[in-house]
Amino acid sequence: MTPGWVLRRIGFYVLISVLMAFFTVPMLWLATAPFDANPRLGLRWPDWTLDNVEATVRHPYALGSLGNALVLCGVTGALTCALAALAAYALSRVRLPGRDALLYVLLLLSSVVTGTAAMVPIFILMTQLGLIDSQFGTALVLTGGLLPAAIFILKDFVDAVPRSYEESARVFGASPSQVLLHVVVPVVRPGLATILVWAFVNAWGNFLLPYLLLRRIDSQPAAVVMKTLQDEGGSANLTVIPVFSLLYSIPVVVLYLLVSRRYGFRFHGGIKR
Amino acid sequence: MAAVEVRELSTVYPNGVRAVDGLSLRIADGEFFALLGPSGCGKTTLLRTIAGLEPAASGRVLIGDVDVTRTEPGKRRVAMVFQDYALFPHMTVTDNVAYPLRVRGVSRAERVRTAERTTASLSLAGLSDRRPAQLSGGQQQRVALARAVASGGELLLLDEPLSNLDARLRLEARTFLKRLQRELGVTTIFVTHDQAEALALADRIAVMDAGRIRQLGTPSEVFRRPASTFVANFIGSTPMNLVDGSLSNGTVLVAGAQLPALVDGAPSPEVVVGVRPEYLTLHATRPAAAAFEGTVAVVETLGVSSLVTIECADGVTIGATVPEGSEPAVTTKVYATPQPGRLLLYSRETGELLGAAGS
Repeated sequence: MTPGWVLRRIGFYVLISVLMAFFTVPMLWLATAPFDANPRLGLRWPDWTLDNVEATVRHPYALGSLGNALVLCGVTGALTCALAALAAYALSRVRLPGRDALLYVLLLLSSVVTGTAAMVPIFILMTQLGLIDSQFGTALVLTGGLLPAAIFILKDFVDAVPRSYEESARVFGASPSQVLLHVVVPVVRPGLATILVWAFVNAWGNFLLPYLLLRRIDSQPAAVVMKTLQDEGGSANLTVIPVFSLLYSIPVVVLYLLVSRRYGFRFHGGIKR
Repeated sequence: MAAVEVRELSTVYPNGVRAVDGLSLRIADGEFFALLGPSGCGKTTLLRTIAGLEPAASGRVLIGDVDVTRTEPGKRRVAMVFQDYALFPHMTVTDNVAYPLRVRGVSRAERVRTAERTTASLSLAGLSDRRPAQLSGGQQQRVALARAVASGGELLLLDEPLSNLDARLRLEARTFLKRLQRELGVTTIFVTHDQAEALALADRIAVMDAGRIRQLGTPSEVFRRPASTFVANFIGSTPMNLVDGSLSNGTVLVAGAQLPALVDGAPSPEVVVGVRPEYLTLHATRPAAAAFEGTVAVVETLGVSSLVTIECADGVTIGATVPEGSEPAVTTKVYATPQPGRLLLYSRETGELLGAAGS
């Protein structure tokens, strides 16, 4: 316990405190502002009330947009999981010339496809397909953007499934779809859970694509509607935004907790690498 | 139950390797058959081709007189135990054992009943709700066997079934496997690289090398009369003595000894003389019969017997086993006589068996 050691410890804890404050203050705001009679952007001890909750519930688009977001992200997550599982299985098991190059190019392009660069072509494409204002159409585009990375991640999981599992099932008479559903999918379930959460969270936070492709306000998800929460003067509507933000953060936290409980620390895999 | 016939079968991998090369074989109904050979000899490929997991490049596979060469693995009515057992990690023991029935659409209650019955008969009772990761290696192996038995296949294929077990457990599992096979009476083909395993378990053994069968016979035939120096080298826990010799006038000259040779029409006088250490008898004084003569270099205790290494003329060394209590002292002079008919002559050129020698 030299003086130098004490000083280093003090410096360390000061640094940690500053860093934690950086993350804690917004969280505290999120916890208190929704229940403050007079919410502001600053942090203060609230005058407790539930009026803001009532105002948010009565807002014409707030709850609807959360419902839209759940549908949009649910469909995106499910589609990404299903398609990534099929593609990863095929890419893992079929010898294809240039297979790895294909994956890397897809991965590289995926950031372009759903990114700002392709905004106009995507909009035109969706207009011609008549998929503007369609939750399903938007979910398709989101899925397209997420798929390459999802396939890339999931292929690693599928690669780790010993071939003898599948061969064993085949010898006992399982059809290819039975092999996939009874053996491969259950064994890579932790990977699928990862993809599901990742795709859901990605879609949940995506603003640009739903903003472009969903023109009617009653079809827009929460991330887009958040932007429209203004009063007549154009400044932020602070009665609705805090409660809305709190509600907006719940699904992601719940999903994380569910998956972490199921697979986070307790997964007893049978896969030997 | 079914006999298996393989006709002129070849299996070629996409990289051009001919793992099985024009091989023909007939395995009788109910037989316990071993495919034995060093790694890369094609034994596992042959097994996988019989199972249908590898396509045959040419030739035919018949199971129970039905040509299954182009049949899907699942339609061949075979059961297979893989080297890593391939138990499904997400299923319980019951679900694993009953999986073949689930594929066939058997009801859940019936599946559980079959699984209970099968696991009980393989001393796995009380483990039905465990997952494979919670079982020991020996239990996993028996679950894999139980699954194969529950599938009710007419042919049981085992790929190195004992190689993932530790040495002590392996002996126990070996006895268990032999008893199980006899009780079920199901035709069984198993692959192994361990000659002791093949000798102990099989009714007949095929010794394979480079995708072909080098010798086919009962364990005692293969042990007593290896058809070539390759087989002679491979079979036996103590290696067979293989010493260069030459034929002249009905005798063979080898390591300074002259022994009678019962061979006619040898293509060349250049031969290899083979004799197992177990078939040599040691004498302290010169015996009446022709004998190898040399000094004791090393004595290794094997348990009930000891392996004695003898240095003969021309720097040739031969091994002989002696029963416990009669080991000669190192550096003493000894004489080794082969038991009648146990000295074998091989062609030095081709390695094929020419005939027997010795008194």
